[in-house]
Amino acid sequence: MRNTFAKTFLEAAQEDARLCVVVADISPAGAMDQFRKEFPERFINTGVAEQIMIGMCAGMSMRGLKPFAYTIATFALYRPFEFIRDDLCYQDLPVTVVGIGGGVTYSTLGGTHHAMEDVAIASAIPNMRVIAPCDPEETRAATQWCVAQEEGPVYLRLGKAGEPLITQNAKPFAFGKVRLLREGRDVCILGYGPVLKLGMDAAAALEKRGISVAVASVHTLKPLDREGIAPLLAGFPKVVVMEEMVPHGGLGNAVKALAWESGARCRIDCLSLQDKFIHFYGKHDEILRAHGISFDRVVQLVGA
Amino acid sequence: MQYRRRILDISQKVTALHAAPAFSCVEITDVIYRGLMRRAPDGKGFSDAFLMSKGHGCMTQYAILEALGILSSEELDRYCTPQGILGAHPDRGNPGIEASTGSLGHGMGIAVGMAHAEKILRSGKRIFAVLSDGELQEGSSWEGAMMAANLHLDNLLAFVDLNDIGGLEKMSQSHTAFYPLREKFESFGWESAEVNGHDCAAMHQAVNARRGGRPYALLCKTVKGRGVAFMEHVPIWHYRSPSKEEYAAAIRDLREVSA
Repeated sequence: MRNTFAKTFLEAAQEDARLCVVVADISPAGAMDQFRKEFPERFINTGVAEQIMIGMCAGMSMRGLKPFAYTIATFALYRPFEFIRDDLCYQDLPVTVVGIGGGVTYSTLGGTHHAMEDVAIASAIPNMRVIAPCDPEETRAATQWCVAQEEGPVYLRLGKAGEPLITQNAKPFAFGKVRLLREGRDVCILGYGPVLKLGMDAAAALEKRGISVAVASVHTLKPLDREGIAPLLAGFPKVVVMEEMVPHGGLGNAVKALAWESGARCRIDCLSLQDKFIHFYGKHDEILRAHGISFDRVVQLVGA
Repeated sequence: MQYRRRILDISQKVTALHAAPAFSCVEITDVIYRGLMRRAPDGKGFSDAFLMSKGHGCMTQYAILEALGILSSEELDRYCTPQGILGAHPDRGNPGIEASTGSLGHGMGIAVGMAHAEKILRSGKRIFAVLSDGELQEGSSWEGAMMAANLHLDNLLAFVDLNDIGGLEKMSQSHTAFYPLREKFESFGWESAEVNGHDCAAMHQAVNARRGGRPYALLCKTVKGRGVAFMEHVPIWHYRSPSKEEYAAAIRDLREVSA
């Protein structure tokens, strides 16, 4: 996802001289290094200083440029939070804040590097839009939308690298619209981010047991596609929400609220990170398992 | 200049406004707008940009924008009312206002971004910012100061309103390590000078005498509440409107100073 973002951004930046990147001491991977070489003035490294990363983006945007702030999600969003709120959102500036390693992607680095609450926090700010693509192709489409838009701030939550493709059979990405990755009849999985791969795998496994499972990427968390989600809640007897985020302030809460408001009668189960700092060090899938998110658990929940 | 008089008049219509911190930066802001910033070719606005980083000084900015014909008197009369658009901190999008400030320690970063953008755009435009001494206690101000020098932003001019009075107490007594300040800026790669912040000629001269090639900080020693004797150096006037009697006394006492 990281490399796809960089490549897509570079391609856009070669066409649009207003696009800039402000990073806070993060190594420019892949195409970002090429961007730096081609446009040294438009690649700014503030060093380990995230408040000025956001402040500079605001000032550059005010003078007509289109800056992207880019670093690890916790440092992109939490450290300079009030700068994001006041400088970007309050003034409604078209700046994209890219958070790398959303959720517990940086599985061995400990809680300081886990962005477990980022979607809830970013969504809470007026004017902020929140996008969390699920695979490299969706990242490409989301990035293309971000570089083109001029309306206001965006939080773009990405994983790391090496995420598998899961959107091959989906219709094209549209900002703010839920995206069906897989058709089904019995259960509908709603989720976002790379963790949706577990949903796709579970759906394939359950198909063999005669359970037909649909999977939808809710890549745009804010504004939420209420018109797109409500029919799914009405049309399926059961819905499972998956998210690599704490259980509050995210998609699970929003779907349940929408079900109540729309009078849906489906059963809704939610799978999320726990409301806990877990001192566990292992691979990404292993820390997800420690939080209770695994292939077996998804199969059990969806197939029950 | 009748800016202080104008601010005192407005103070009689609203329960609170930041009179004293506005009074300390009257001459600073005036010398920037009327002595240093270059007008746009159309003669209406400016090609250089101004940022009131100490957002609570905006009454001064409003009064000057009114005198320049950028902000209407009708609008300033509606200050802090539901019919108006002006609040006690500046809002981006209002006439003459480049950025929404109010939370301290934000202006430096925004100004650095603006100055670097003008470098990228090869515009030759300069960014003028007025900062408070208090907001230089924010670490973010120094992140910005360091970055400004790293990026060689010689088109950034920061004026620091050194009125010495924080929300609670005198910084020179409570935070003695804040000083010396000039050496801090210079060790962060800035050129700097220190002047009397109520002396327009001295400030103008100092800026004209700068060597250039680096960001520039003019440290302006000021008096909080300057112009009204009973407000000078008294912390309560940071955020209080004078009563009717106090207003009358202030008008009697008022010295519109520019020397």
